[in-house]
Formats: sequence, C-alpha cells, structure tokens
Amino acid sequence: MNIIKNRYVYFLISLLVIVPGIIFMIFNWNASQTPLPLAIDFTGGSLLEVQFTGTRPSADTVASAFLQYAPDSVPAVQALGTDGFAIRSKAIEDATKGQIVTELEKRSGATVTVLTFSSVSPSVGAEVTKAALGAIALAAVAILVYISVAFRGVEHAFRYGVAAILAMLHDVFVVLGVEAILAYFLHWEADALFLTALLTVIGFSVHDTIVVFDRVRENSRIYRRIPYETLVNHSIVQTLDRSINTQLTVMLTLFSLALFGGDTIRHFVIILLVGIFSGTYSSIFNAAPILVVWEKKEWRSWFRSPQASEA
Amino acid sequence: MAGIFVDGEDFMNRNNTNWLIGIIVLLALSLWIDLIPQINIPNFSGDTLYSRNVQLKLGLDLEGGLQALLEADLPETSNVASSDLDVTRQILEKRANALGVSEVVMQTAGTRRIVAEFPGVKDPEYVISSLQQTGLLEFVDTGTTAPQEGSIIKTDYSTGSEPAATVAPEATAAPDTTPTPATDQQPVYHTVMTGKELKSVGVSLLSTTGRYAINFTLTTQGAQIFGTHTTNNVGKILTIVLDKRVISAPSINGPITGGSGEITGNFTADTANALAAQLRYGSLPVPVKVVESRTVGATLGEESISKSRTAGIIGIAVVVVFMLLYYRLPGFIADLALIGYAILSLAIFKMLGVVLTLPGIAGFILSIGMAVDANILIFERLKEELRNGRNLRQAIELGWERAWPSIRDSNISTLITCGILFTFGSTFGASMVRGFSINLALGVLVSLFTAIIVTRTFLHALLDNITLSDHPRWFGL
Repeated sequence: MNIIKNRYVYFLISLLVIVPGIIFMIFNWNASQTPLPLAIDFTGGSLLEVQFTGTRPSADTVASAFLQYAPDSVPAVQALGTDGFAIRSKAIEDATKGQIVTELEKRSGATVTVLTFSSVSPSVGAEVTKAALGAIALAAVAILVYISVAFRGVEHAFRYGVAAILAMLHDVFVVLGVEAILAYFLHWEADALFLTALLTVIGFSVHDTIVVFDRVRENSRIYRRIPYETLVNHSIVQTLDRSINTQLTVMLTLFSLALFGGDTIRHFVIILLVGIFSGTYSSIFNAAPILVVWEKKEWRSWFRSPQASEA
Repeated sequence: MAGIFVDGEDFMNRNNTNWLIGIIVLLALSLWIDLIPQINIPNFSGDTLYSRNVQLKLGLDLEGGLQALLEADLPETSNVASSDLDVTRQILEKRANALGVSEVVMQTAGTRRIVAEFPGVKDPEYVISSLQQTGLLEFVDTGTTAPQEGSIIKTDYSTGSEPAATVAPEATAAPDTTPTPATDQQPVYHTVMTGKELKSVGVSLLSTTGRYAINFTLTTQGAQIFGTHTTNNVGKILTIVLDKRVISAPSINGPITGGSGEITGNFTADTANALAAQLRYGSLPVPVKVVESRTVGATLGEESISKSRTAGIIGIAVVVVFMLLYYRLPGFIADLALIGYAILSLAIFKMLGVVLTLPGIAGFILSIGMAVDANILIFERLKEELRNGRNLRQAIELGWERAWPSIRDSNISTLITCGILFTFGSTFGASMVRGFSINLALGVLVSLFTAIIVTRTFLHALLDNITLSDHPRWFGL
C-alpha cells in the first residue's frame, strides 16, 4: 500500500471538503455578518424553550406576549416539535420571563412547561468569544511545544510539531466548514458546546497524529538507510490497523450517542463525529505526507511544472 | 518496567500475582462504592470511623435547576477586592441556603464574577430576586401615616451612596406583587436606624395569631437609638422597610428600651425565614447583577438522563463486541479491562463528588474510546511481535514497551487540551465545558492506569501458560 505516492490526491480530497465549507461561511457572512451563526453564548441574548400541554398558540401570539413585557426584546419564534416553541430574543431577565410564561398560559389556556431558559448579557458573550479564540490559540501553541519536546531526539523535531498543527488546522477547518454548511441548511447555531467539541477534536487530532509520528520516530532509529519517503509510508501502513480500529471504537460510541442520546447533545455529537473522522484522516493522509513534502522541499516545483509534482 | 522482563521468570510470576490481587481488591472496592449511596465505616466500639456521602451528583442539565452568573455591579474600571468578592459569595451562599434551596454551589469565577448553581429549583425568578437584594433594612419614621405593605417609599438612604441605590427596580420586585412605583411627589422619610444595628435575628411562631414573626436583638448603640426614638414617639408609626419595600408598619405602643423587638407582618414560614436570612447576613460588600442565567426544566433533565444512559450502554456494548470479534482472546481481556475501567471511573466520580453533566457523560464515553485505544495500540504491537516469532510472554512485554511512548504522548496532548478547556470553563461559569474537561481528563488518567497495569497484568495472568502454536486463532493470527 503506498499512501505517500498519492499524497496530492489526498490533499485534494481535503480541499474538496474545506473549500465548500469556506464558501458557505461566506454565505453565512452575507446573512448574519459572522461565518457561523452564533448562539447566545457568544452574542448575548435569551433563549426560551417552552412546551404546551393543551393547545399550542400561534407564533404571533407568543411574539406579542414577549413584546408586552419586553418591548425591545425582538423575539424570533421557532416551532419546537409539535407542542413547543423556541424563542430567541435580546437578553431578558428571569422575572420578565416569569411574567411572559404566565401571560402565555393565560392566552393559550394550556399549561406551559419551561424546558430551558438561558439569558446571557452581550458583554459576557463578547468576552466568551475572545476567550474562546484565545483557548484555541493556546491549545495550538501548547501542543506545538509539547511535540517539539517529545520529539527532541529526532532530526527536525520542529517539523513534526508544525505538521501536527497543520493537520489540526485541517480538522478545525473541516469542522467549521461542516458546521457552516449544516448551519446554512438546518439553522444550527454554534454554542459553547460546539466550542467544546472543536477543542476536543483538536486534542484527538493531535493524539492521532502523534501515534503515527511515534512510528516514524521509532523507524527512523531502526532503518537509517532507506529513503525517507518509504520510511514514512511504512510507518503509516504499520499504524493503519490501529488508526482505523481506534477511530471505529470512538465513532461507534459517538454514533450510539447521536442516535439514542437525545436532541440536546445531537449537534455536539455530530460535530465530534465529523471531527474525529477528520482527525484520523488528517493524521494518515495529511500530517505524515507533509513531512515528506517538507523533507523533499517540494514547494519549489509546485508552480513550475504541475506534472512533476503529481508524479 | 523493562526491568521486570530482564529479571527473570520467577520474579515476574510472583510480581504479577501481587498485581493481580491488588487489582481485584481495588475493583471490588470500587464496585462496592458504585453500588452504595453512603460510605460508613464503624470502628471497633461501633462509632463512625469514616463516613462519606458518595451519592452521584447530577448537573443542572440532568436534574433540572438554575445556574446564574453574577457580576459585580460596579463600573468596569473599578477593582473588586478578591476578599470582598469572597465575602459576597459567602453571604449569597448563606442566603440561598436560608431560602431552603439544597445543595447550592457557589464559586467565584475570575475577578468580578460568581457562579451560582441551584439544582432542582422550581422557582428561579424568586431565587434570583432574593439573591440580588442588598438587604438594607431600615426603621423609618413615617409620622402618623402607615404606608401599605409592599409599597415602595423614599427614605434618607435612597439618595445616598449606599449600594441599595444601584440595584435595578426589577431586581427587588417579587414576581407576584405589583409594586406601587415611587413618584416624585412622595415624601422622603427619615431613617431612624438601619439593619447594621441588629445583633441577632430569629423567627418565631406567634401562638395568638398563628402567624410568623421575626424577633431581633440590637447592639448597645442600636438599643440606645431605638429606646430614645420609641420613648419620644409613642403612638406614631415606625415603618420597617427592606430595600425600600415596606414590610410592616406597626405603631409604637410604648417605649422599647430592652434592646430587642419583633417584626410582625403578613409572613408565612418561608417568607419569614427568607427575610430573617437577609437581615442576618446583611448587605453585600459588593452589589451584584445577573449577567447570565440558565434554567433547565426537570422534564428535559429526566429525558436526557434516561437517553444518555441508553446511549452509553449501547455504545459500550458495541465496543465490547467489536473488540471480541477483532482481537479474539486479547480482545476479551481488553473487554475485562474496559469493564474494570468503567467500575473504577464511576467510583472515582462518586468519591471526588464530580458533578455529572450531559457533556460530562459525552466526555466519559469519549474517554472509553481512548481507553480502548491504548489497548489496541498494545495488541497491534503484540501481534507484530508474535509474527516476528517471539513467544507470548516476550511479546506481551515488548508490545507493551513499544506501545508506551505513543500512549503517553497522545494522552498528554489530550490532557493539555483538557486543562485549557477547564480554565476556559471556570472563568465564564460555563459549567458544561468544565464538566466535560474534568470527565475527559479523569477518564484519560484512569484509562492510562488500566492500559498500563490492568491489561498487562490480565494478559500475563491468562496467557503466560498458553502455547501460541496450539491456538493461533485465539489471537486473530
């Protein structure tokens, strides 16, 4: 099996996922001025999910009840299943929510159950966003440092770190891209859980890459004479069983969560699934091949003769 | 670890037996903790030697409840002393406990915030409004007029720089009363004394009316002020006001010089206790406002818990079957290690009082995947060594030794991410993120233990006396 030989094909496959994702981020940008529609965790605002036991009133009734007690709240009412509503609005207080719920019961004659209510002030949202970006950057730097240290005995240890970070960025972009596409069609919003999923994917991505690199590290001590390209390919093939099996077990548990775990975490779990798959793909088909590209300094021929680089 | 391999077979056998006994004892102990709600170990005379509540704690998203992020209601530029914030947290905690909310968790987050969690709260609006009250009690001279209970009046302190003035009107409004708004024409009454002069506060049931009353004793200075005022104003009204809201407006029947008194009003047991708590724990050193609040209804919580339990069981079952089919006998051992891992993790969660949230469960399930990964790494190496013609015992040691660097490095990178997630989650009271990172990190650590110790010990215990050439299929070769 020669994976390194077809490395540019695999890079192309990655681009086929990432580029549409970026295009949809632009679509989203045109609609909402953010690449991903953001939940109240980041933007601030309120989200109220209610369930009606009895007749469910019209969305307009719900909106007008909101406006009665919170005139500036700009409510957006969305059906939730057949018996509930999810209402997004500007941040309202708990007391105001109580008044609105009482009003809804009065107007509909049904019993209203509050499933969830969250309210986040815009200032906190802005801070969370900043800290989230900081957290991702910090994770990247910490991992780069760790790999450089862990691989310090190997020639060009820094390359391993950079290749792992590039593979990680690949996974981040795949996750963001898939989220952008799903957000566009399914009206998903990126919330704090999405961020958690993203950071987990970062952790897993590097976890996976290190296992492959560890083999390269070990083999480069044993086989000193064979070409680097063959060495890396050999390492990938040796770890292939493990990579696929590990991914399978993690994905099996996640599939089970996605199918049976309920609506609350489905979004979270699907993003994890996408990210874990991408993490394994990028370790095998991106991270290790990047080492070869770097070793052979192939970028010198990228723009001169396309045929040569495909070979 | 390599030393064990070098030191010879007898040593290894004996050593392995010790490990095996240790593991079995540990797992039995864990299983015991998993199954009981409370540890009680009596000493010889029958007294309690060690006692610990090991009930599994459920997060708000599973149990239902309220989480609020409170922020110092002071200008952005002003510094909040960490000691002040801590005192505020303590007072809020006492107030919340006095409201009858059980298992309140309050933690300071960053330099200006406090995260408050109220599991199972039915009436979040009431809790939030009670917390935000600054608890400024005033005894106000309203002359001959008796303001209506629940109405809002103006006092000397309204215009002052007391924290009470900075609290938004909504914050003090209980949901089911409609306050009469203070208008400009309203007179400003003189405050005789504030709650600062209270020494102790209690609640009593008046046998005559069947109502509850709040009785208090005063400091020496308070007793003096109170005595002078009541002596000079017999027959007038002394209105008792909390955060500008009239609680009761009794008339002074005679001089009260003993330094103690009683507030009667339209109290139930609950409202009397709530008020007493507020008076007892006084005003907050730092006024707070709610910047984030999250409520999860109990119905959604129940649904989530049963669904994630199903999902978890199915997930583990599928992994167990997969390992058995693909890795055969070693797979069976990995399954044993995996079950051991689950038993051990649950016991650790219960002992440390880790709060189980929905993302926390997801983190735990993800860590099961990583626990299996460590085993897979070892078995793939084991197979390689077997193909290279090693005997089983050598192959186990070599396989383990070769797999270790990648297990170590990959798990450390996951732990780094967990640390960053934890810091992020703690600063913003994002308890979901924090719960996820704690469970994942604990899961990774326990999985390292099971991979390093449990799987290897089991492998040696079961395989050392098997001849590979008799049963190659047991190993999927």
